[in-house]
This record gives sequence, C-alpha cells and structure tokens, in this order.
Amino acid sequence: MADKITTENLQDFATGATVLGTGGGGDPYVGTLMAEQAIEEYGPVDLIDPRDVPDDALVVPSAMLGAPTVMVEKMPRGTESLDAFRSLERALGQEAYATMSIEAGGLNSTVPIAVAAQLDLPLVDADGMGRAFPEVQMVTLTLGDISASPMSIADEKGNSVFLETVDNQWAEQFARTTSIEMGGSCMIATYPHTGSELRDHAILDSMSLAREIGETIRTASTRSLDPVSELLALTDGFDLFTGKVADVQRRTEGGFAVGEATIEGVGACDGRTLTLEFQNEHLVARDSEEGVVASIPDLITVLDTETAEPITTEGLSYGQRVRVIGMPCSEKWRTDAGLDLVGPAYFDYDIDYTPIETIHR
Amino acid sequence: MTTYRLGIDVGGTNTDAVVLDENDSPIAKTKTPTTEDISSGIVDALDDVLAASGVGADDLDSVMLGTTHATNAIAERRGLNEVGVLRIGAPATESIRPLLEWPDDLAAAIGDNVAILDGGHEFDGRELNDLDETQVRNQIREFRGVDAFAVTSVFSPVRDDHESRVAELIHEEVADSVPISLSNQIGSVGLLERENATTLNAALTSVAEEAASAFLDAMDERNVTADLFFGQNDGTLMSVDYALEYPIFTVASGPSNSVRGAAYLSGVENGIIVDVGGTTTDVGALTDGFPRESSVAVEIGEVKTNFRMPDLISVGVGGGSHVTETDGNVTVGPESVGYRLTEAALAFGGDTLTATDVEVSASSVDIGSHTPDVDSETVRRARSYIRDEVERAVDRMKTSPEPVPVVVVGGGSILVPDDLAGASEVYKPSHYEVANAVGVAIAQVSGEVDRIYSLDDQSRDEAMSDAESEAVERAVRAGADRDTVDIIDIEEVPLSYLPGNAVRMKVKAAGELDH
Repeated sequence: MADKITTENLQDFATGATVLGTGGGGDPYVGTLMAEQAIEEYGPVDLIDPRDVPDDALVVPSAMLGAPTVMVEKMPRGTESLDAFRSLERALGQEAYATMSIEAGGLNSTVPIAVAAQLDLPLVDADGMGRAFPEVQMVTLTLGDISASPMSIADEKGNSVFLETVDNQWAEQFARTTSIEMGGSCMIATYPHTGSELRDHAILDSMSLAREIGETIRTASTRSLDPVSELLALTDGFDLFTGKVADVQRRTEGGFAVGEATIEGVGACDGRTLTLEFQNEHLVARDSEEGVVASIPDLITVLDTETAEPITTEGLSYGQRVRVIGMPCSEKWRTDAGLDLVGPAYFDYDIDYTPIETIHR
Repeated sequence: MTTYRLGIDVGGTNTDAVVLDENDSPIAKTKTPTTEDISSGIVDALDDVLAASGVGADDLDSVMLGTTHATNAIAERRGLNEVGVLRIGAPATESIRPLLEWPDDLAAAIGDNVAILDGGHEFDGRELNDLDETQVRNQIREFRGVDAFAVTSVFSPVRDDHESRVAELIHEEVADSVPISLSNQIGSVGLLERENATTLNAALTSVAEEAASAFLDAMDERNVTADLFFGQNDGTLMSVDYALEYPIFTVASGPSNSVRGAAYLSGVENGIIVDVGGTTTDVGALTDGFPRESSVAVEIGEVKTNFRMPDLISVGVGGGSHVTETDGNVTVGPESVGYRLTEAALAFGGDTLTATDVEVSASSVDIGSHTPDVDSETVRRARSYIRDEVERAVDRMKTSPEPVPVVVVGGGSILVPDDLAGASEVYKPSHYEVANAVGVAIAQVSGEVDRIYSLDDQSRDEAMSDAESEAVERAVRAGADRDTVDIIDIEEVPLSYLPGNAVRMKVKAAGELDH
C-alpha cells in the first residue's frame, strides 16, 4: 500500500530525520524546502512498501554531495537528478523503478523526496543506514557487496559525470573531486540495486518510522502525553538519562565537528553525570556510575525535556534540560563486517560493542 | 561649555528619556506614553526630561534614539514596502524559490514579486553564469511599480560584481531614488537567510523613514541642533542616513541597549541581565560589557536570517501579566494587560489581577492609587511561579554552574526577588527603569572597513593591521574618542580566484563618543 508524502506531513519526516540523525547528519532545512517546492509543483510523492518492489526492479538511491557551506549558498537547480538518473539508466539499459534515501537521518533523508517528486518516481520506505553516518561507504548496501558505482554525478549547468570504479572507496574519491569542479555541491545517483537486493540489504520501513517519530513529537503537546515514552515504545529505545547540560566542548578535527558534552543528572539521575562524545553524530554515552550505556552503531539522541524536540550536537548548550535516549541500530550493523565499517573501533574507541538492549537488560 | 547627551527609547508602551552629564551620569529621566505618531511622544519626553534636568535644548551635544519600530512593523505586517526580490544565480538555486518558507501573510504584505535570474558566482569566485543584462532589464521593468528592490546574488560575500551591476541597471530603468538593498552589505554566506534579511531590509525603508522623520521633526520642533544617532543591533550607534539605508540593523537594538545600560548602571561587566517589561521578561548574558550573541540562526517575524543578535530568552511574565487561579494552581502570564496597566490593574482601580498587584499588596512598594487585597496564599504561589520562571531562564543563560551577578532592570523589576538561585548577587541599580535609554545614550560609535587585499606583496598580518587601522580611523572620524577605540569584529573570507592570494576582510572598530 502506498502512503503519500505531502507538504502537510513533510515536516514530520524532517523532525524524525533529526531524531534518527543522532545529533548530526546535517540540517534537513534545505532538503525539506526543496521537497516542499517540488511537491507543490509536481504533486505528492508515493512512499512504497519495500516488499511491493518487484524482484528485478531497479532502485536508485539519490543524494546531495558536497561542502555544507556551498549547499546552503548554491542550492540545486532541481533538474540535476533527472540528468543523473538518465545517464545511469542509459548505462544499465533499465529504467529506475523507484528512488531511495541513503540515510534516514539528516539532510539527505529529505532530498530524495524532492527527487522523487521531480522524476515522478515513488520513494521506497527504506534507507541504507537507519540513521546518519559521515561517509558514503557507511551503508548496509556495502555489507551486501552492492557497488556504489556505476554512479552518476550531475550539476546545475547540465554537466554529468559517470563513474565506474573498482570499489566504493574510489567512488567516494572521484565523486569528491568532481563535486569541487562542479562548484562544491552536486546531486548523485548511486548504489543501483534490485528489488530483491533491497529487501536483503537495505534497512526497511525507516522513512515511515521517521514520519511516526515526527508525528509523535508534534502531536504530543496537544494530547498532553509524555512524548519521550511514546518515542521509546516506537523505536524499542531506552531512556538513558535526564539532566541538565553542564558543559560542551567542541573542536574541529579533519573536517569533523568533534567534542564532548557533560550532562548533570536531575530527578532519578540526581548525583550522576552522563558524558556524550561526538564526531558530527553522537558516538558514545558514558554514565558516571554505570559506564558505557550506549555506543555506535546504536543510536544516541538528545531531546528537549519539555517538547521532546531533538537537539543536534551544534545546538547543545549549557543549561538545556534534556533527556538522552538510545535506540537499537539495525542487526545488519551488528555483524563483524558491520562493526568493522561503523563500530567503535572504526572511530578509534577501545571499547567492545555491546548491543544497547543487552546493556539495559 | 558643559555638554549633555540625551538617550531616548521608544518602546511599544512607553517612550523613555534620560539626560547624561559630561561624566555620563544620569541627571534626569522620564517615562511618557508612546504616541501613535511617535513624534509627539518624543517631544513630550524631551520637554519633560529637559525641564527636570534644567538643561537647555542647545546644551545637548548628541541625541541617541533606540526604537523597536522596525521590529514591530514586521511583527504586525504594517507599513511594509512592496519589494521586487531579485535573486541572481540561475540555473542554480531554482529548486527553492525566494520567500518559499515565509508566512503567507508576510509574503503577501511585501507583494510576493520574485524572480531568479542568470548570474552569480561559485565559492572560489569563478562565474557560475553570465549576468544577462537584457533579462535583468526586462525583469526590472516588470517590477516597475514596487517601492524597493532586494538583490541577492549567489556567493556575493565572495564577489559582489553582479549585485552592483544589477543596482546600476535598476537606477537606469526606474527612478534613481528607489531604495535598493544589496545582500553583500547585509549578511554572510547562506543564501536563503541572507536573501531573507535583505528582503526584510528592503521592506523596511519606508518605516525607517517614518521613524527617522519623527525623530528629526521632534528635534526640529524644540530647536535641538545636536548630532543625531540611531542605536543598532550590536550596541553601537549609526547615523540617521545609515539607518535609513539599513533599517534591518535596528531590529535587535532594544535588547542590546538594555544589556549595555544595565551593565553601565550596575558596573557589572560579566553576568546575567534580566529586563522585566510589561508583558515579557528578557534574560540575556553580559560578556565584558557587551551582550553575548546567539550562535544559532535568528528568526525575525518567523523568517530565518543569519544575523548575529543578542542571545536572549524571553519569558511570558511581566508587570502587566494576568495572575490566574485554576483548581488551586496559580499561573502568571503569558496574557498581559500591556500598556493598559494604569487602567486595568487593581492597583490603579481596574478589575484585573496582575503581577504588579501581587507585589503591591504584599510589600511596601507604592504604585497606583489602590492597595489591592490579594489572598496571601495566591501571593505566595504567584511569587513562587515568577521566581521559578526567572530562575530557570537565568540558569539557562549561564555558561557555567558557578553563581554569577544578576542585574535586574526595566519597569517591572519589583517582581524579581533579591535572593535568586544561581545569583552571586542581585543588583537593581538606580535608574533601572530607564536602562534602555541609558544604554543607547552611552552607546559607542563605530567604523567599518570591507576591503579585498592581495596577499602577493604583503602578509596576512599586514593586511589585517591595515584594515584594523583604517576601521579605527573611520570610527574616530565618526566621532569616537581615539583612546577608547577597540576592534570589535573581524570577518575574513578567503578568495582563491584572483592570481596569487586574496582575502576579503571586514573589520569593525568602536569607541566612546568624544566629548
């Protein structure tokens, strides 16, 4: 059954994407506005169940790639994805059946909604991360040996560049170089895969989860319920901590926003401290008494105590009253290959990953 | 000859004025109702405060005006210009048209005339697309009836050629007098936010003219020949001419003035400022005598801009706030009698229980004509509600858990208890009720340089020090005392497109007004 993405429920996707962005993933603002205009112009987007995609149908994820400062200054023309999709379809000799988000969190969760509207394609209710991660190869599709190439990159001038690379690392490198020539920002069509590969290797139902999260937060205040408890029920999550932000330290390392936030407990958490370490996204949460209470690839998100609105790592500041929640990641990330790609060791942590539900059993 | 300065703050409710002597000490103050035409309210305040101080109109050396006129015009969608919004950057950026996320009524109030035309630059200064002059001229002709133009070109903070050229074309096609706002003069990288701020600026030039002429007329009427200034967002002064061109820079001057005034009156350099008005209480932070600026995007009239503005928390509690009791719970605000305090509140013979009445009935403060009889349990609960709201806001503005000085100003200061949690000390300085007017009267004069330097034949440090000394010279020429001038802001944008190295430096210097 197909759901519709409309200008009315678009904001719910964006809010949910910020929760699943686990503090990073980029501001969904630009992507959301692109989607709003595209839906106004071309009509609502069908959000289709991944189980309804035919086995051999072609699914082509789409995304915006580039430097954040350029993305906020030179937004896309809106036709780039059409060029990128056409050149990929020519090479593969098959038309795309649907598009998809590479990540459920942050900026690139809403950009494909605009692409779907422009190309008159449905959007698959799935993604490649179930959250946000900083690098293109950090998708569950990589674990399924699905290649990022052939990849097509297009700019607003009508140029498109076609990549065939030996691995996903090369794809990332050529794509970056090309994006700079294109003025620092471009649209890509990448990781082409089939319906059966989708069901085996992507993370299913993540877009509708994002919408439900956004809906819960939006309507909770009018229904005067506890939105955090509802969120936890929705995501099988855990209430990690309630407190007040006591300190935030930030620095830039290798192009990433790296830092640490200290939260002093209040109420049931009185007398304890939670430390959050982040690199764009939250990586590890440590409780002063209980040790590590959640770590990547599980999701750690900070919410405003009163409204349950998500707070990004950029938005964290002293004095905020917050609830920190943890949500289990996809089982795909919990395999050896998954942990090699995005586990604590990849981010230079000397800790063994323990699934969040085991920690809180 | 002794010289004096006059600070005037025109708020939604009251027009306040204060006279400072040559040592910047307040010698007289007044609070008069703001009038519909603004001008007569300013004249009233001027007459009052000059009479009280015994200072003659010609002894005034300078007069500074702080106003929320532009802010209110946006909030109320009143008196705004019809604007021709020209974005230069096609084919890029077409996926998000100008004003897309504006509230419909605000977009309608400025006419919703938007166009995206060929042109603009890349981040490294290359041309994104040629500026198509024929296309630009046609579009200008189509927008011929508008009151003002807003021009925003992609990456204009790096290269502003296309914006300047479009301004020339507008002058050629329509009257020379039509106001034109160029985005590179107003904001930094971040197209939508800069375009929003530029468009709001263009929408405000008539309102600014109204405020400026009210100010000039009032001074004229009383034969004041002093230098006239407006207060701006960063707490420094600007000339009346500059305010006419960049009214958007006055929208946050109110909070800046109150923070600066509170700092001056209390002598506190670092701490938290609590400004209690009739409807809301604004809590801000003071860092080395200046307001701490917000690090996140600031919304004006629900429109996102990338201005740096004082970091404030506004709480819906003020002197006129309704005190409501439901099922044993007492709440204060956010509804308020506002400027009708002196008729609606119990203390003035009205029939609404307000936060002011709670204090009047419970303590020895002498306000109004009646002493309201308020149940002592209601008083206790209302006071505790106000305390909680203020303490929470103070705590959120602090940057560390240690207690810090808290300065309380504004007409409703009596609502705030002297033993706030988190405060090392609570100051209620004398003249607290006219802190805004004091803040604008002591504001500094600034000078700004915005220049591109080639780094082929000089180092970055040499270029920087050249820009700094030029900014200092400009501040001195604008009236600042050289010994007090400091650099208050530096913005550096590298430009890799020119042969060799180039950098765009924006430097701002400010100092005390020379007596």
